[in-house]
Amino acid sequence: MSDVAVAVTVNGERHELTVPPWETLLECLRDRLGLLGTKKSCDVQVCGACTVLLDEEPVSACTLLAFEARGRRLRTIEGLAEGDDLHPVQEAFVEHGALQCGFCTPGMIMATVALLQENPTPTPDEVKHYMRGNICRCTGYKSILEAILAASRRLAPGAETGRGA
Amino acid sequence: MAPETLAVVGRSVPRLDAREKVTGAARYVTDLALPEMVHARLWRSPVPHARLHGVGVERAAAAPGVLAVCTAADLPVRRLCYGPAYKDQPILADGVVRYAGEPVVAVVADTPAHAEAALPLLDVRFEELQAVTTAEAALAPDAPLIHGALDPAGHFRDLSGLRPIAGTNVCHHWHAERGDLAAAFAEADLVVDDAYHYPALSHHALEPHCVIARVEADGSFTVWTGTQHPFPVRRELAEIFDVPLARVQVIVPLIGGAFGGKCYTKIEPIAAALAARVRRPVRLALSLEESARTITRHAVTVRLKTAIRRDGTLLARECDVVLDTGAYADIGPRVATKAGYRAPGPYRIPHLRIDARCVYTHNVPAGAYRGYGVPQVTWASESQLDGIAERLGLDPLALRLRNLLKRGEEYVAGDTPMDGDLAEGLGAVARAVGWGVPDAPGRGQGLACAMKDGGGTHTVSMAVVRVHADGSVSLFAGTVEVGQGARTVLAQIAAETLGVPFETVVAVAPDTALTPYDHGTSASRSTTVMGLAVQAAARDAREQLLRLAADLLGTDPAALDLRGGRVVHGDRALSVAEVVRGHFGLVGGEVTGVGTFVPGAWSGSLGGATVFWETGMGAAEVEVDPDTGAVRIHKYVSAADVGTAINPRECAGQDEGAALQGLGPALFEARASEAGQLLNPGLIDYRLPTFLDLPDRFDTLLIENADGPGPFGSKGVGESGTFCAAPAIGNAIARATGVRLREVPMTPERVWRALQDARPKASAS
Ligand code: FES
Ligand code: FES
Repeated sequence: MSDVAVAVTVNGERHELTVPPWETLLECLRDRLGLLGTKKSCDVQVCGACTVLLDEEPVSACTLLAFEARGRRLRTIEGLAEGDDLHPVQEAFVEHGALQCGFCTPGMIMATVALLQENPTPTPDEVKHYMRGNICRCTGYKSILEAILAASRRLAPGAETGRGA
Repeated sequence: MAPETLAVVGRSVPRLDAREKVTGAARYVTDLALPEMVHARLWRSPVPHARLHGVGVERAAAAPGVLAVCTAADLPVRRLCYGPAYKDQPILADGVVRYAGEPVVAVVADTPAHAEAALPLLDVRFEELQAVTTAEAALAPDAPLIHGALDPAGHFRDLSGLRPIAGTNVCHHWHAERGDLAAAFAEADLVVDDAYHYPALSHHALEPHCVIARVEADGSFTVWTGTQHPFPVRRELAEIFDVPLARVQVIVPLIGGAFGGKCYTKIEPIAAALAARVRRPVRLALSLEESARTITRHAVTVRLKTAIRRDGTLLARECDVVLDTGAYADIGPRVATKAGYRAPGPYRIPHLRIDARCVYTHNVPAGAYRGYGVPQVTWASESQLDGIAERLGLDPLALRLRNLLKRGEEYVAGDTPMDGDLAEGLGAVARAVGWGVPDAPGRGQGLACAMKDGGGTHTVSMAVVRVHADGSVSLFAGTVEVGQGARTVLAQIAAETLGVPFETVVAVAPDTALTPYDHGTSASRSTTVMGLAVQAAARDAREQLLRLAADLLGTDPAALDLRGGRVVHGDRALSVAEVVRGHFGLVGGEVTGVGTFVPGAWSGSLGGATVFWETGMGAAEVEVDPDTGAVRIHKYVSAADVGTAINPRECAGQDEGAALQGLGPALFEARASEAGQLLNPGLIDYRLPTFLDLPDRFDTLLIENADGPGPFGSKGVGESGTFCAAPAIGNAIARATGVRLREVPMTPERVWRALQDARPKASAS
């Protein structure tokens, strides 16, 4: 099988790539584009460590092929902060101690961004349900739940500090 | 120092690594790359026990991109076997395979894909042998012997006396006895004798094991690895290659979780040996499934025979603990000793006999896992205690309070007396769960309580604090950041002790060539043991700064105070930078403080008294669906006695994470194996707790009496949350349904079957 030409926008930047048809999006992001924030753990779309946004939908980069991102927009953890200003979700994770080893954190934060775009004011049960595909082995989830609810308050329409996801 | 005078200790400052972790800038071993780096993949045995008859490597060696194909015989090592208790584990299988998944052949290639593609081209010839896949089978009189002569590692004082039981698969038998059992059992009003089982578990830290090794031109080794024990790994590598300690540099960046699974030496020797072979930096990154085939938590069977007086007084207990340590002992013998040591529970029991046996099988090696044997024995002892309460018609809380060790009471002669208030903690979780009055009918409540000797046995820590010419501070401590926040907490201790702003302290990552010796990051020891070393180093630097400032100010050091980064003398003040620069005359220089923690000349039945007692309590409220057996946890409350919380939020985070980690094995987590084959190595079949398993109410209580031996009265935290989840939930299930399970996980099927078995025969049809 011959390589595939892929034009993809990653974090606002356009890339023209040639990738083997079997290369995963995770390999492409990490090994080809050097975007090492996206983590590899289970490889089977269970843990959510590799979550990125494809046209603002959360996907597991470990089980998507790179060429499937052809012509689409990708956002990774590196595309969230604006210069030194953290995204409100990132700020909430820091403030609520919603991370320990941090290995789940990029995927957790990307899933949260997607959740809050879809549902800006989720209930705790809605958060738990939406986030069930992101495993954290360290925190016990409680601090993450609190951070997500805090971020939702901050991002809610009318909130002063939110700048929109 | 009174708490109100503390500047940064006791405050939930954000973790030093928070920003890099939320932005994706954090770098783990798996994110590192070196120039010229090549990649290794392992061919693992498909069978649990086999004799190797040779490996045909020609086709694999000729495959695209392949640099080397190595069997045990091809490794340029002086010593093939390693291990913290016995040197029983070969870097690659040597003549015989002892578990399914054991590395047999290593392929090194220019890319991971090329290395992977060469594996099926190997022709490994082996003859399958009979496998022993449970501890019970391994203890049978006619069981085949899994190892011949064993070579004790001799690295650790408490393991120096290890002797396997000749002619058996028992690699360690720990025994302790006191009092007069026969008399106590004769006097008892009730004797309960039953057995409990706890299965093997996978650590499944999200970051799988990964190592990069490089051999320098002068024959030194540099290894980047996600290990909890950089210094013991250094020593092991030095012995394997027969080079001085100073020629091995082990560097540990951030780690993506460990939970004991990255204790001691794991895959570092393979990567280092391959690097020595191909003279290029070698990266060996395991998949999560391979990590599950590298190390596991011990499956444990506990038989308890307990004698009680009618009023609930515990008289005697006989504990028989059997641990399946798998094909290689790893740290199993120490886990066995400690599981045995804590098997009776945190109670006053005058007559006692304990046997703990660590048994080889043809399973994946078992080693450290958060709690180090305590969750397994606590499952047994706290379940049995509730059964006893039920039989005697006593309240489980009252029964425990009657027997719990009091502050200052000795658990074992010669060991540290109980340094916390167990009754306070248990009372706190009971109150928090609303003990005795469930929120809704049909629900049950359960409690459990446990303790562990915290801080490790005979472990040394050293630290260095460097105060630079601009007043900033570098902290050199070999404590590994596995996610527990230790580097933040140690920086808080250093800043507070020195009297400088927290923001000026930078904690340098562990590097055996730079950071002074530390035993390792385990046993909830870093805040206390390394914390004391850091505090001593900071005091040393502070005293020097005060002396230098006194010289500059022409006064006596005793007249000076250092706080907020300034040395104050009446209405004059010098910044730390001014002191350092003033002394060295503007050219630079720095002040270096050194601190050491050496265990005292203590005695005790473990060969050294515990640094502190790490106690944990849990209370649950659950509901059981009688039609499906499904258990719903409405409330779970955990308490941790932390002495003083240096960083309260990180303390709570440790306990919450531990407690939730404990809910998994209580309800659904377990390794499933058949004839030595692991059936659920990955996350599709091995279910981990998710957001949906978060109980409706989930709380952690921190008990702070400032009574710990660590800096500012602190004690270690991190493991205790895992002790009580399973028994508290099992006890709650029993109180909700009248049915008691003796094996975890308490899956819907197990609970449903138990409910069916308990139904009166008449209504069973
Ligand atoms: S690594 Fe992709 S979901 Fe786990
Ligand atoms: S912080 Fe370690 S896995 Fe979530």
